[in-house]
Parts: sequence; C-alpha cells; structure tokens
Amino acid sequence: MKGKEFVSTRNPCKLCAPLGASIAFRGIEGCIPLVHGSQGCSTYIRRYGISHFREPIDIASSNFTESSAIFGGGENLKNAIANVSKQYEPKAIGIASTCLSETMGENIPMYLSQYEASRKGESGGPAIFYASTPSYSGTHMDGFHQAVFAAVKAFAGKPDENGENVQAACDDQPPADARKKINILSGFVSTEDLREIRDIVESFGADCILVPDYSESLDGSSWETYQKLPEGGTKIADIRNMNRAAGTISFDVSAREDRRAGLWLEKEFGVPCAPLYLPVGIEQTDKFFDELSRISGNPVPEKWTKTRGRLIDAYIDGHKYCSGKRAIVYGEEDFVLALSAFLDEIGITPVVAATGAKNPQFAHCLAAASPNSREAPVVADDSDFETVLSIAQDMKADLIIGNSKGYHLARNLKLPLVRAGFPVHDRMGGQRILHLGYRGTLSLFDSVCNALMQAKQESAESGWTYI
Amino acid sequence: MIGILEERKLQVFENGKDSYGIECGKSSAAGSVSQRACVFCGSRVVLYPIADALHLIHGPIGCAAYTWDIRGSMSSGPELHRMSFSTDLQEREVVYGGEKKLYAALTELIAEYRPKAAFVYSTCIVGLIGDDVESVCRRVERETGIRVLPVHSEGFKGTKKDGYKAACDAVFKLMGTDDETPVSPFSINILGEFNLAGETWIIKDYYRRMGIEVVSCITGDGRVDEIARAHRAKLNVVQCSGSMTSLAKTMKDEYGIPFIRVSYFGIEDMTKALYDVAARFDDELITRNTIDLVSDEVGRLLPRLEKYRANLIGKKAAIYVGGSFKSFSLVKALRHLGMETVVVGSQTGSAEDYEYLKEITKEGTIICDDTNPLELSSFILNKGADLLIGGVKERPIAYKMGIAFCDHNHERKEALAGYEGMINFAREVHDSVTSPVWKFSPARIRARISPDQGGAI
Ligand code: SF4
Ligand code: SF4
Repeated sequence: MKGKEFVSTRNPCKLCAPLGASIAFRGIEGCIPLVHGSQGCSTYIRRYGISHFREPIDIASSNFTESSAIFGGGENLKNAIANVSKQYEPKAIGIASTCLSETMGENIPMYLSQYEASRKGESGGPAIFYASTPSYSGTHMDGFHQAVFAAVKAFAGKPDENGENVQAACDDQPPADARKKINILSGFVSTEDLREIRDIVESFGADCILVPDYSESLDGSSWETYQKLPEGGTKIADIRNMNRAAGTISFDVSAREDRRAGLWLEKEFGVPCAPLYLPVGIEQTDKFFDELSRISGNPVPEKWTKTRGRLIDAYIDGHKYCSGKRAIVYGEEDFVLALSAFLDEIGITPVVAATGAKNPQFAHCLAAASPNSREAPVVADDSDFETVLSIAQDMKADLIIGNSKGYHLARNLKLPLVRAGFPVHDRMGGQRILHLGYRGTLSLFDSVCNALMQAKQESAESGWTYI
Repeated sequence: MIGILEERKLQVFENGKDSYGIECGKSSAAGSVSQRACVFCGSRVVLYPIADALHLIHGPIGCAAYTWDIRGSMSSGPELHRMSFSTDLQEREVVYGGEKKLYAALTELIAEYRPKAAFVYSTCIVGLIGDDVESVCRRVERETGIRVLPVHSEGFKGTKKDGYKAACDAVFKLMGTDDETPVSPFSINILGEFNLAGETWIIKDYYRRMGIEVVSCITGDGRVDEIARAHRAKLNVVQCSGSMTSLAKTMKDEYGIPFIRVSYFGIEDMTKALYDVAARFDDELITRNTIDLVSDEVGRLLPRLEKYRANLIGKKAAIYVGGSFKSFSLVKALRHLGMETVVVGSQTGSAEDYEYLKEITKEGTIICDDTNPLELSSFILNKGADLLIGGVKERPIAYKMGIAFCDHNHERKEALAGYEGMINFAREVHDSVTSPVWKFSPARIRARISPDQGGAI
C-alpha cells in the first residue's frame, strides 16, 4: 500500500529542532532565543514563526562566519551574549545549538562558564541556559521538549555545590497560605490553547505553572511603544517553584523519556507526574479534568460540566455527518495522537496518521488512541507529504486534518482540509485556533462537520439548503 | 532612540546631518537580530523559479523546510520548483558523510520526476563534513544524461550576495548547450526578474509589443532549455542587479553580450527600462513601438493613479528591502503617489548604492544597512512614517507600531512591476494607509497625543 520508499524527503512534514526550541524560549518571561550557528537558520526560523503567529519574533544568532566554522564559535557566542544583553536587556537567554555548531562539537557549557568568569564581579545580567538541538537527530518537537527541559533543569534544579544556583536565591519561604501549584507542560499547542489550559486549571481553584506560555508573547495586543521582548511568558520564579508543586501534568506522551521535564521533576523531587494525551475529545479531556480534580482536591466546576454536556449534545446532533467517514491526519506526534483519538470517538476512522518525526513510540501510542475504529490506520512516521499523498491516493478519505502544509495534499486529493496545529499561515487566526478541552473539541467538531457538510453541498447537483 | 550597537554605528546615516560613507557589505554583528539570511538563501531565491529543474537541498531538514514555497514564482507550465526536496541528513551521515545518500536521492528523484536539469544546494553542514558534492553530481550527470549542477551555498561562507554569485555560476553552466536555433537580431535576456506574482509575463508582453524577442528570462518562469540558448541573445537587461550582475558580466566576457541595468518598478524606471532597451537596438520600428507603448500605458495609468494619490499626498514612507536597487525605484514610485521617503535601507546595498540614496532622498532621511527590528521600529516612529515597505519579517514591526505595510519581497502575491504593477502598488499602499483600523492602534494614538514623543522608546 505504501508506495516506493524514498531516500530523499519530498515536502517535509517537520521542521528543525532550533525552531521548536525558539518557540519554547519565547514562552518564558523576558527570554530571548539565541541560535548558535550561522545566520540563515535564525532568520528562517523567525520568518517561519512570523507567518504563523503574525507577531514580531526576535531571535538572535551568533552569526558564524567561515572562520568561526573553522576555529570555533566561542568568541561569536560570547559577543552575541554581550550584544544581545545590551540591546534587549533580557531576563534570560535561551541558547539553542544548530546542526553546524553541534557537528563542530562546540562546547557551549564551557563557553558559558568562560563568559561567566569573564564578568566576575558584575552583578545582574540575564540567566543563561542552553538546549542542545541538532536537527539531524530530531525534529522541531525534540527541540521544543529539549528547551522546556533545559529551562526546568536550569531554574528548578538543585543548587550546585557552591550553593550558587539561581534556584537557591529564590527559594525563600513560601507564604504560609501558599496554595500548592500544578505544573502543566503544555506541549506545542496554540496560544488560545494555552489560555484555555490556564483557565481550566485555575477554575479548579489551583495555581497553574504553565511551561512554556507564549499565549501573550506570541499573540499579544497592539503596542503603544515598541517592545523589545513582548510581555508574557512563564515567570522564571514560577519555574523555580516547579520542584515543589503538587503535581505535574504533561502533554508529551510521545516524547523521548530523557527529554521530559515532568518525569525528571518526579525523579529528582518527587513531584508526581501524570503524562496525558493532549486533551482533545471527551475521553481525553475527562482524563485531564479527573487528574486536575485529584491534584487540586476540588470537584470539576459546574461550568465545565455544562460545556461537556453541550459537547455531547453536539456530538449527537452531528454524528451522522461523521459516522463512517475517513480522515487523514498529520503533524507533530502528540497532536496526531490526540486528533486520532478525537476522530475515533466521533465515528471517523483516522485512516492515515502521519508525522515527519522518526518516533518508535508513535505506532504504539496510536493503537491505544483509536479503539473504536474498524480499520487500523496506516501509521507513517518519518514521513513527508509526498509519501502521505501516495498512501492517501487509494484510501477513499473524506477529509484531512492538519496544518497548512497539507494544502497541496488537499488540492491534489480534492478533499476539504480542516486547518489545525502548526503552521497555519494561509488563514487568519491560525495561531489561536482552539483545539483543547471541551470547548476546543467543540469548535473542532463543528469545523469537521461543517467541512463535511460543505463538501456534500458542493458535490450535490441540486444543492441543499437544509442539510 | 534605542541604542545602536557599537559595531553598527557607521551603518546608519541621517541625510543632511551625518557626513561619513555608510559602511556596508560586512557580516552582521554576533547577537544582532539581523533581517538577513544566508548564502544558501541567496542561491535558492535566484534559482527558485526554474520550474522544470529539480532543486535538491543537501543538508539537514531545516534549510529545505523553511524555503518550501517561499517564493510565489509562478510558472506557465511545470511546477517542479514548488516541491521541497532534501537529503534530510541524519546523524549517521553527519558522522560518515552524506555522499551516498546524496547519490541515492538524486538518482531516485531524477528517475521519478524526469527534470530537465538538477541543482544541488550545499548547506552549512555539508561544507563542514566535506562531502565531495562535485563528484557525486558529475557521476549522476554521466549516468542520467541531464545536467546536475552543484550550487556552493554553505550558509556561513559569506552573505546572501555570495549565494547570488553561486547561483549565477550554476546558471551559466547551463548555457551554450542548445540546439542552435537562431534568434532575432532584436533579442534580449531578462535577468533578475523572478515572476513572483506574474510580473515576468507583464514585462515579456511589453517587449513583445516593442518587437523584441525575449530569449530567456533568468530566472522568472524559467526553463532549462531557454537558459541553454540564452547566450544567443544580443543584449542582457538586468533588473535586481545585486543578484544578477555577476552573471551578466560573465556572459559579457564569455559571449560578448553587453548588458544594461534597469528596474521595472514605478513609472519612470519602467519607462526608462523600455527606452534604454529600444535605444540599444536603434531601430525605427522598435523606437516607434516603444513610444506608442509607453504613451499608451502611461496615458491609461496616470488618471487611474489619481484617486489613490489624492489620499496619499503628504504621507511618509519607510523602505527596508533586500536589494538596494529596488529601493531607488520605490523612492521614485512613492513620489508619484505624493509620498515622501523618510527611512530607507537594504540588506545588501553597496557604498555607491547608498551614495545614490543620499542624492535622491531629502534631508533628514535615515539610510541604513543591515538593520534589525529594534532600530527599524525606532526609525519608523522617530520619522513618523505612515507606511513600511518590506518583507514578511518586517510586517509585524509595522503592524505593532500601527502603520501601514506593503510587501515587496519574496512572498507577495500582487504583481508590482510594470505599469499594471504600479496600479497594484498604488492600490495596495492606498488600501493599507487609508484603512480605518489605525485609529485604534495604541501607538498611533500615543503619537497623536504627543507628537514630539513619538519616537521616544
Ligand atoms: S544551515 Fe546554513 S545554509 Fe541552512 S539556513 Fe542555516 S545558515 Fe543557511
Ligand atoms: S542547519 Fe540545522 S538548524 Fe540550521 S536551518 Fe538547517 S536544519 Fe535547521
């Protein structure tokens, strides 16, 4: 069924690691991403991010030249840190390596300690942390998880032998009435999703430490003056406190174990971690709510019970449009898993589930995600859009769900494309599509039904007004 | 005003106030958020529109993923250029070398897509691991019988300009391999027109009406076979001189084809382009055709511009584009709309370019080389610009500061060249500048309340 395998990638269904890292860094308050390598990478990442988020995304680069590629980029990195600190006055600098600097074997931690040593005596200055993100061994999602992990480790880690860790300074006594907080590792979701998660957690009467949180920094209001680093983002002080939270919920089931900050917090500090699927669909959202209820000790607030009720009502109203339909889903692993579970729940069989990442967990997680489907989906990890197209040709699918990059697929197969995920750069509002929770599910459900209804209308000879 | 990085002080100039020569052509300061890309970017954007060629990017996935469909570059036929092919190097190739994978990728892709030629772009990492791309290309060329051209575009080995040069070298290698069909004595190549939104077709139509044969357009709506016979044309007409002058020079040295520089943006420059070409041929019929064409087009254009102009008079514009040649035309085109340029800069301008900009702009105009978002936003506010002309990376800067925007770069979907393009340009600028939404912009409101603090950041 799967056509000839190609050695080359033809229309990639993935991006490179520093992109994921840069987005995650932008979700930390006052943090500027600094990509260590040549200039093109950071400029391309900016351009790409800008077309989805429609916001300025300043990402610095250490701007390798030929000689830095030969003699090492230490000087570039140190100058870059100094320059970017001067110009942007950031609270933190998140450094991501590139293929180039990784291949050269750049010892970034060493450069950083040299830099620190060179400014002994000077106080202040941004906190600097680093994520290793070579793209030849992972996708933008690996970069994303790696960056979140790096931030958590840097700020919530144990003080080092000198007791000098940044964490120590902030570890003052919590106020006596401090409520226990809940860590949420959100995964790569939309800005509206982030806001929704926060709303949900807070509605349980709990405080939420959401990492990363680019809901404002990458989807803010119009400005009065130019902001070097837009407001918003997880506060570093909050990240410091993650190691004594009541629990962690992490939406990263498909990520590599050694990149999951939640598991690390559990191991190092005993903060219990519940890895969940992204809460799309009733079943997965229920699990999220149950977990919140358990950790916070509070029942599910009534407003959500009502929303859930409306969602069920909508499912029933719309079930005939969906039942027996077949869908193609692609994108980041966790995203595809969540969407597949949701589709399965509304009677649509995900017949193709594809991702650009090479991920051994993927097939396994997917099988668990779609128990109702009569037919097992073709699971295509390490895939690209041309491969998806060749698989999809004879799948008799009815619709496609995924990011804008599937546009050619949709055009080729003459199928409706429900846009979701990242990037959505050919529609307005792509950055704030709501996918998560009962409300997100409801809006996805409506979009799916409407796409199917429109397709039916358009293909019907006489046209229908009531459908 | 924000602090300009020490290294960059001489790259920013205020007309009438400063007196030094603007520094340019140097690499961006480490840690700056430059709007520039890399060598690879330069090569890729130049070769992009060759639609019947295979474009294979040798490196890890990012470079290919980010340039997939980055240019609209329309084609009247094949669309192979709009696919993104990459060897997607993985750890093992980084360690053991990527030649095998490159060979396998090329062979399978050529068999599958049967392109007329193939370009292989080397990205940063390939330069570092030292793959012998040349020999792989030669081997595949031998085995498949099509031209397989390496493009040396390792990102760190210079600037975007070096990428242009690498692209020109590759294109040049295609020339001289055609079937020798003769061309008209009145024939040209169009260089540096990329058909982003169908402009090539507009320009080609003008030349056709003048009685001139266009042998090839390099590279807009490009075809390998046309490029192969480009060396037969009698004149090269170079737009976007930054990217194409090196090719024009090589063609002059090797084939004795003279070249002239033109720009197709704005009324004067468009008209001058046509007249300059006509003058080169010194033929009565062509001259008459050209006069007719110009008077016809301009005659129709001017009244149509009027309604836009009426609302734009007195507004101020900022320009930040890739190539400086384009900025000259834009300064003039804006003048036709009654607008004055108060900030102008480019990623890759030369010293002479900046001198020329000093001449054609007014006192107080800021001229800058390789700027960044912080500077640009501060210049815009400081000079009270109503409009920014730039590319996708500049767009959010304009919008956040509450000013209008016109995309004049890779991703635009409006044809802005030629007389028709001038109308589109006017309409786009007009529609953005006069939109009622700006009245809600906090930055705008603030500027209105305190005009003298407009630029204080
Ligand atoms: S890796 Fe090199 S060639 Fe690719 S985008 Fe980055 S700088 Fe450019
Ligand atoms: S070199 Fe690596 S990090 Fe840079 S753009 Fe290419 S894939 Fe991404």
